Amino acid sequence: MNIVYHGIAVPDMKQLPPDWPGGFFWHWLVFTVIIFTFVFTLVMAFTWVERRGLGRMQSRLGPNRAGPFGILQPVADAIKVLLKEDIVPSRSDRIVHWLAPVVAFFPALLIFAVVPFQNGALLADLDIGILYVVAISSVSTVGIFMAGWGSSNKFSLLGAMRNVAAVVSYEMPLVLAVIGVVLIAGSLSMNQIVLAQDIPLILLQPLGFLIVFIAGCAEINRSPFDLMEADSEIVAGFHTEYSGMKFAMFYLVEYAEALALSAIIATLFLGGWRGPVLPPWLWLVIKVFAVFFLMVWTRTTLPRIRIDQLMALAWKFLFPLALINLAITGLQVVAWPDALPWTMIIVNFAIAAVLIVLWSRLFKVGWGRVEV
Amino acid sequence: MKFDHFGIGIAKGMAVTLKNLFRRPVTVQYPEQRLNTSRRIRGNELVWSKEKCTGCATCAKACPQGVINIETSANPDNNKYEVKKYEVDTGYCIFCALCVEACPFNALYMGYDYERARYRRGELVQSRDMMTETPEKHVSGYFFPDRAASLPLQTLLVEKITEEE
Amino acid sequence: MTLKTEPFVVNIGPQHPSTHGVFRLRTTLDGEVIVDVEPIFGYLHRGIEKLAEERTYGGIIPLTDRLDYLASMSNNMGYCMAVEKLAGIEVPERAEYLRVILAELQRIASHLIGVGAFFNDLGAMMTPIVYMIREREKIVDLFEMLCGQRLTYNFMRFGGLSQDIPEEFLPALRKFLDQMPRFIDEYDQLLMDNEIVLARSKDVGVLPAETAINISASGPVLRGSGVKWDIRKADPYSVYDRFEFDIPTGTAGDAYDRYRVKVEEMRQSLRIIEQAVAQLPGGPFRSKVPFLVRPPVGEAYAHIESARGDLGFYLVSDNSIAPYRFHVRAPSLINLTALREMLIGWKVADAIIIFGSIDIVMGEVDR
Repeated sequence: MNIVYHGIAVPDMKQLPPDWPGGFFWHWLVFTVIIFTFVFTLVMAFTWVERRGLGRMQSRLGPNRAGPFGILQPVADAIKVLLKEDIVPSRSDRIVHWLAPVVAFFPALLIFAVVPFQNGALLADLDIGILYVVAISSVSTVGIFMAGWGSSNKFSLLGAMRNVAAVVSYEMPLVLAVIGVVLIAGSLSMNQIVLAQDIPLILLQPLGFLIVFIAGCAEINRSPFDLMEADSEIVAGFHTEYSGMKFAMFYLVEYAEALALSAIIATLFLGGWRGPVLPPWLWLVIKVFAVFFLMVWTRTTLPRIRIDQLMALAWKFLFPLALINLAITGLQVVAWPDALPWTMIIVNFAIAAVLIVLWSRLFKVGWGRVEV
Repeated sequence: MKFDHFGIGIAKGMAVTLKNLFRRPVTVQYPEQRLNTSRRIRGNELVWSKEKCTGCATCAKACPQGVINIETSANPDNNKYEVKKYEVDTGYCIFCALCVEACPFNALYMGYDYERARYRRGELVQSRDMMTETPEKHVSGYFFPDRAASLPLQTLLVEKITEEE
Repeated sequence: MTLKTEPFVVNIGPQHPSTHGVFRLRTTLDGEVIVDVEPIFGYLHRGIEKLAEERTYGGIIPLTDRLDYLASMSNNMGYCMAVEKLAGIEVPERAEYLRVILAELQRIASHLIGVGAFFNDLGAMMTPIVYMIREREKIVDLFEMLCGQRLTYNFMRFGGLSQDIPEEFLPALRKFLDQMPRFIDEYDQLLMDNEIVLARSKDVGVLPAETAINISASGPVLRGSGVKWDIRKADPYSVYDRFEFDIPTGTAGDAYDRYRVKVEEMRQSLRIIEQAVAQLPGGPFRSKVPFLVRPPVGEAYAHIESARGDLGFYLVSDNSIAPYRFHVRAPSLINLTALREMLIGWKVADAIIIFGSIDIVMGEVDR
């Protein structure tokens, strides 16, 4: 079965891509290397951007010792953390404790298999790309729960439990909001979604973007949803008992997940690699950094919310909104498939505003104090 | 949680952090950049004047920590005390400057320097010879306004960071 | 359906990022909910009250710096007032005004740290506290200009101050007074209406006015509960009766009210400083006091409204150069009394912010 878009017939997975020397194996190897470099470079860039950005927003400079503008700070951090002693608690579950960072790390990396760097340039153009992302991204939680359980530390356990609760709840609104995009694009494949975006989908799906951003932040535990490593409450959450190399892995997971979420949001809502003048991969990187800046910005500003508020926000606020958003999007796609984009933009923004205001009125968090 | 303000409170907060992003940072890059300390700084040492000291030990009495160690001997020739030993253990000193205030003969000053970290505690003990004023060893203006007048003015954050209307 | 759960014990502290020193909460948790809590303190006990009995009256002033190390000036002032009362020492007018200015500046500095630390406990990723430390730095600069030290000021003496203010002090203070209100507005813009702050701190850790009075709480903790009680008005000391200022109070007695009271108090402190600077008289900054004070046999108690509440110093003299007994009524310790009742039933995250909103300093709790 050949898919046709832009007048080009693209062969299916088995023959893809024909222009690579050595066929599929070379494609696989090259893209694995690209993904590894992309992830590791950008993660380093992210740590630098986050710490510098956070610093500047807090009236300070941030790291500025290693290299010009502190640009080598991630390298220095990596060297420091690798040279540190690896301490394992004596009563920990050693195998689980050892495996946890690895289990947590690889899903974050696997997501990039379906992120297109330019038209067709991706490791695997899965037909179910976005479904794959949704499925894979939750696996990190297993690693994190392993860390919490294996550490034999109460703070770790509390952090891990919070993380599981958050991921299970926020998966719902996230997926429902993503389906809205899928409806408009008419495909689950990430590459097709990008190709379908003649205008960035954030304009057609403002509410969907908001939900995906909030739910995504909650899933990867970015502030204000960083409950699982809430330093003022449970010390460092699930990685309290980790040091050295294993801690570095968790640190990497944190930023690789942030990178993955930024890349997904950039692909789904900001038009991925599409953009004028600059090469496509650069557009993707720019958009990824734009989304990441938003995350850094919220992290600087917002305090942390409580676990029951986290749950309530997912189930009482985001979930209904995502459902309504999905219904409205479905209606629009079915009823007015050929409507002018700008009318739809206005209509959708109006709907989003009305829904947010309305739901803000309805939304209320119940329990605070519990009688014991 | 109730969105009484429909997220406007959050947006206002975000505006503040964004405003600060474009403000000049206030931190000082210490070893390269140094601010002028207060003219009255109570630096991590004491400066002692051999000429003025009469060995009355008022400073030792005033010291709440008891770190000033004075030994005197009577000199029958000019009917005065002679200070044989004057030692301050700055490892125990809390730099309260009560001794400086107590000295009736203005023979004791606080030092102007503050970088006196040492590797061993023993090196923190200031003996008589280490305490005299030299060109490298400045005297702080604490309790001596005439001394303070000759020192550079303190760098103030209030003057550095001003917010334009 | 109720799940059968098993409570477990978690030690929050003494080494924990948000115990404001070395406080320990031995909490029994049922999941996230606190079912029992036992506050344990004493890790910072230095025996200051006993030490003071071995020191001369003047030598105790540096010790009081180390009680509430975020508000050394207020401590100096309270102690000096107690000794002045005991020994009958007159304080010149100029010294009184300067003391008021310094104490109010110190209150602002201390509240900035208190509010900033509270938001750090709320998990605001250091931003509020960094902004607040930035402004506190300006106050600390002013104090450094006066006494050459940035934390343990040791500036007040019996009968006045150790030195007069230098001529560059008042212009710098003027600049600070001009800048500060805008920065307080900026904090309010950042934090006051923030939905998450409201959600986290409104109705959390309610201390009813009645309980607050019964445990003899004071300071922002008491005023947050809606009790209009301020030593500066209720038992005016120094020259406070000459200034116009309001006592901000909360209504609900929750963590949010305690935070608001602190912010409003900063504004009131600025008002007092403005008036004090305008009225500042000339004259001596210190009356003649002998090198070693030897108060007559007797006892004296002087209390001031420090940043944390009703800070009292009790002295008993046996006509020697050292006090026979020295006691500190530490507001931090007394405000902690209701901690157990305030914490039970809340979640771990709430426990941290309730504890943070009481704004204690361990140096004062353990002494």
